[in-house]
Amino acid sequence: MSANQDGTNLLEVRSLTKIFGTLTACDHIDLDIARGEIHALLGENGAGKSTLVKMLFGSLEPNSGEIFWNGQAVRISNPGAAKKLGIGMVFQHFSLFEALTAAENIALSLDDGSPISSIAAKARALSFSYGLPLDPESLVGDLSVGERQRIEIIRCLLQTPQLIILDEPTSVLTPQEADKLFETLERLRSEGKSILYISHRLEEVKRICDRATVLRHGKVVGHCNPREETASSLARMMVGNEVQAVVRAPVEGIDKAPPLLEIRNLNRKPATPFSIPLKGINLNVRAGEVIGIAGVAGNGQGEFFESVSGEVLQQNAASVRIRGKDAGGLSITGRRLLGAAFVPEERLGHGAAPRMKLSENLLLSRHATDGKAFVGSGGMVKSGAIQAASQRIIEAMDVRKSAPDPEAAALSGGNLQKFIVGRELDRRPSVMVVNQPTWGVDAGAAAHIRQALIELSRSGSAVLVISQDLDELFEISDAIAVMHNGELSKPMPIAEATFEKVGLLMGGAEPGHAEHSLETA
Amino acid sequence: MDITVNILLTIATAATPLLIAAIGELVVERSGVLNLGVEGMMIMGAVGGFGATYLTGSPWIGLLAAIAMGAVFSLLFAVMTLSLATNQVATGLSLTLLGLGLSGMMGTSFVGQPGERLPNLYIPGLTEIPVVGRLLFGQDPIFYISIALTAAVMWFLFKTRTGLTLRSIGDSHTSAHALGIKVIRYRYLAVIFGGACAGLAGGHLSLVYTPQWVENMSAGRGWIALALVVFASWRPWRVLAGAYIFGAVWIGQLHAQAFGIPVPSQFLSSLPYLATVVVLVLISRNKRLTMMNTPASLGQPFVPDR
Amino acid sequence: MMRLELVKRPQRSMLFSALSPFIAFALTIIAGAVMFALLGVNPLTAFNIYFIEPISQVWQLHELAIKATPLILIAVGLSVCYKANIWNIGAEGQFILGGIAGSMIPVLFPQFEGPLVLPLMLLLGMVGGAAYAAIPALLKTRFGTNEILTSLMLVYVAQLFLDWLVRGPWRDPQGHGFPQTIQFNDSAVLPELMPDAGRANWGFVFALIAAVLVWILMSRMLKGFEVRVLGSSPRAGRFAGFGLNRMVFFAFLLSGALAGLAGISEVSGAIGQLQPVISPGYGFTAIIVAFLGRLNPLGIVAAGLVLALTYLGGEAVQSALGISDKVARVFQGMLLFFVLGCDTLIHYRIRLVGLALTRPEGAAKREAAPKLKEAR
Repeated sequence: MSANQDGTNLLEVRSLTKIFGTLTACDHIDLDIARGEIHALLGENGAGKSTLVKMLFGSLEPNSGEIFWNGQAVRISNPGAAKKLGIGMVFQHFSLFEALTAAENIALSLDDGSPISSIAAKARALSFSYGLPLDPESLVGDLSVGERQRIEIIRCLLQTPQLIILDEPTSVLTPQEADKLFETLERLRSEGKSILYISHRLEEVKRICDRATVLRHGKVVGHCNPREETASSLARMMVGNEVQAVVRAPVEGIDKAPPLLEIRNLNRKPATPFSIPLKGINLNVRAGEVIGIAGVAGNGQGEFFESVSGEVLQQNAASVRIRGKDAGGLSITGRRLLGAAFVPEERLGHGAAPRMKLSENLLLSRHATDGKAFVGSGGMVKSGAIQAASQRIIEAMDVRKSAPDPEAAALSGGNLQKFIVGRELDRRPSVMVVNQPTWGVDAGAAAHIRQALIELSRSGSAVLVISQDLDELFEISDAIAVMHNGELSKPMPIAEATFEKVGLLMGGAEPGHAEHSLETA
Repeated sequence: MDITVNILLTIATAATPLLIAAIGELVVERSGVLNLGVEGMMIMGAVGGFGATYLTGSPWIGLLAAIAMGAVFSLLFAVMTLSLATNQVATGLSLTLLGLGLSGMMGTSFVGQPGERLPNLYIPGLTEIPVVGRLLFGQDPIFYISIALTAAVMWFLFKTRTGLTLRSIGDSHTSAHALGIKVIRYRYLAVIFGGACAGLAGGHLSLVYTPQWVENMSAGRGWIALALVVFASWRPWRVLAGAYIFGAVWIGQLHAQAFGIPVPSQFLSSLPYLATVVVLVLISRNKRLTMMNTPASLGQPFVPDR
Repeated sequence: MMRLELVKRPQRSMLFSALSPFIAFALTIIAGAVMFALLGVNPLTAFNIYFIEPISQVWQLHELAIKATPLILIAVGLSVCYKANIWNIGAEGQFILGGIAGSMIPVLFPQFEGPLVLPLMLLLGMVGGAAYAAIPALLKTRFGTNEILTSLMLVYVAQLFLDWLVRGPWRDPQGHGFPQTIQFNDSAVLPELMPDAGRANWGFVFALIAAVLVWILMSRMLKGFEVRVLGSSPRAGRFAGFGLNRMVFFAFLLSGALAGLAGISEVSGAIGQLQPVISPGYGFTAIIVAFLGRLNPLGIVAAGLVLALTYLGGEAVQSALGISDKVARVFQGMLLFFVLGCDTLIHYRIRLVGLALTRPEGAAKREAAPKLKEAR
């Protein structure tokens, strides 16, 4: 295994195993973390990274295996025990309370009984010393995702842990915010703290991590020094075999193609106390092109998707036009009947009803558009027809499943996403709007979905993709626009776009000045 | 003047059970649990309080029995919804139905028996002070408990760390669990506290309000208490205000009936229920207020990953 | 210390879906035996009186059908509401309003006779129940008011309204001061099915037809799919283009109409006039029936008969053993508790912490059922 500098490691994990039902999420995992190192835990979605760290933090209970802390065998039965040992955690899906203030959130994870006012002062001081400004009195519900992550980090640091676990911390940050985070991590390392850094982003792992452990399908497939590896050699370790690269043929004369989806001065007031208003959004998506919308989570993408899909109606009917017809006043069904199709971000509970069969989930978005095929006289559902159609989609998208017609919740994230995307593609929609097409999806399925979206556009449809994953957008888009704080920048042709330019816009550089700053950049 | 004092006293007596039951339910809901069994726990407290008093002759023992009865009965709900993750709405409803049946069965032999009233406070010198004396120093002991309870719950929820933890669980049980907070344990304690309060409220009915046992004597007060919590948007002092408003409506319609106002008594009797509906409509019109204050995990079953 | 822990099943268990009502019934019997023993009655004797004797003769089966009719009719409607995650618990009030609305014809126009009377009464009953149910639906969709509390409050109002009617404007002038309306004329009385065998009337047939129709609606039709989607994941329902507000009205109006039909059937069939109290809590017991029938209309028919038996049994033990007929309410409450608890087994395996930390998958599954009993 790996060589250590001096005697015992801070943390050693031996043969840790966790089984969920029939799935072995972690299969005899070994892991060593030395003092003062940033250790990467690499693996694609579903490789078992989150399960492993949840066991280290006491949120999940291992089925078997051992954990040694400073050479001592320990049993971490709950997060309290982990904190006592000196393990802190920054969660991927934050464990914050929206209705409480930042200070109250921090107080909840400290067990020393000190009054909330003193915690606020401590948090403020610490946040300034690490360059992570924070207002302890603000309600978490009002904060941006980046600010929320700061609370998580401060909360973790206030417990003065020796080991800090960060689960996919940059997935919600702009490239610039991520740089800031890396500085903080390097400072923590220089203070002798150890960091377990979970990611599937190879470049940043190469940049800041001293060692890496790679997981695949719940097993450790290798330990390495990421600085000595190339991105593609790391990717091979993670994925196993080379993933088929997505092919995107350049399009010619797209300016002459008719816009199939037009958004004109779209505004929306905040629907809940915690949601983002949309401000004057304009966008055209033409037949044959893929437009990507980048942006940090929580900048209005969800609100935008709801407005375009018709889950929320617009006052001004002309603010959303589909195939040349005003659609702002139409329901989602009405917009589908015009030829549009939608794939929301959340799979379970939004794009699919978890406790319903796949064939019933097919009916979910197509009961009206395929009314004749699927619904008979008097409103009776033709179960034979929907089963045949769902079988067709399952084959076309290579959906893997355990039962002939399983409940949606029984599928893995990647397979369910393939089904949901396939459900819409099967209709050959002329406008397709997708929010986070491959979020939490394994590499193979992601490549499949991206390729399918490109092919749909090349066959003459307009495709709009909202994503937080910049790599993905650069892979499939013909132009990229950025959403920040409810405003959308002008789309930038892919030939001119760089990570840096997009990152600046994601961080809030004035959309109006976008083109100007591009010229000077 | 004396009439005014008397009316104020009866309003306080009518408001007290509503206040106590609603304060208990407020704590339960703040922890993210919706217990619709208040009516059932209340009537069990009423029959338990009357029964213990009848058997021992001491209304004080009756008082304790009422509290214990409500707490034990709520434990049934806690095991079902917290340990077995059953639907909270359905389980709460069944708790009410079971409570109404069980109390009726237990109380068969108490029907028509004379009861013993909890004595009012009497402090020589103070209680005789005109007007304020009887209002401040001459009421039944549960009245003082209800006021103290409201203040204590206010302090607990907003000034203590445990109260903060309880509120955090109501906001997001998943986050709380991730931090290592014992969600289920807190909720058990909250539900039992709510049950004890409902039991005490029931005890007030059969030991103070009308010291006797009548089937279904809670007459929907448990449901009104539930409505009060929504009306108060989960704030203790607003529960206090709401309970007294309802107490006034309740007493008002009784007095109106007694004075022979030419409106059918049934219409007057339905006023508290109609008032509840109206108040719920008024409060729910303010969507932002409701959304900001409703505990976000209210009514959601919680099953931790293991 | 022992603690219950739930482990989510990857798929719902078909086995426990089918078994759960039976396990619940068995547990109720056990708990009932303990209760009778505590009351100083031999449980076997009590069970014989409670569950066997009330249905040992044909005329008694007719009585069972009479009691089951309102329960099934109401519960079938409620099952649609609850599947849609809409909580109408005011069926008792809708039942009463249905009874009142349908009775308008025989009470206000006693001279009006003929074959049109009954259909009109039934129709009015359904309209009355639906209209009363529309109030909480309107308040929920218009203002976001909690339908549980409003629908329940309206029950008390309906009871008081009926009380006023039969003591006031609708009281039979020749009724010697009794609070009741006139006896309905013959053409306003729901005919009996087999007058020679027993009292069961056409209401029971209505209940069976309603159950079958709603079953087809829920399992075969797009509307039923809409109900199930909106109830289980409202956001997915909105994504499908189904309107939640429309669904609130649909569910309330349907369940209100069925409760109203139950009310007028009860008044014109089993009672024959309006009285201050026309329901021993059918509207609430139907909630139990709906859950015991697993919100499946066909299951509800069976559950309705079982719950009707608890009513008859309660009356029987009261007259035979001198135990309060509230024992019926207790049985009903316990049954619902056990049903809800057993339904947990459909989605979860249950284990007791502290007994074994690691165990093979199959073993755990097999142990799930006995473990529940241990836990209790």
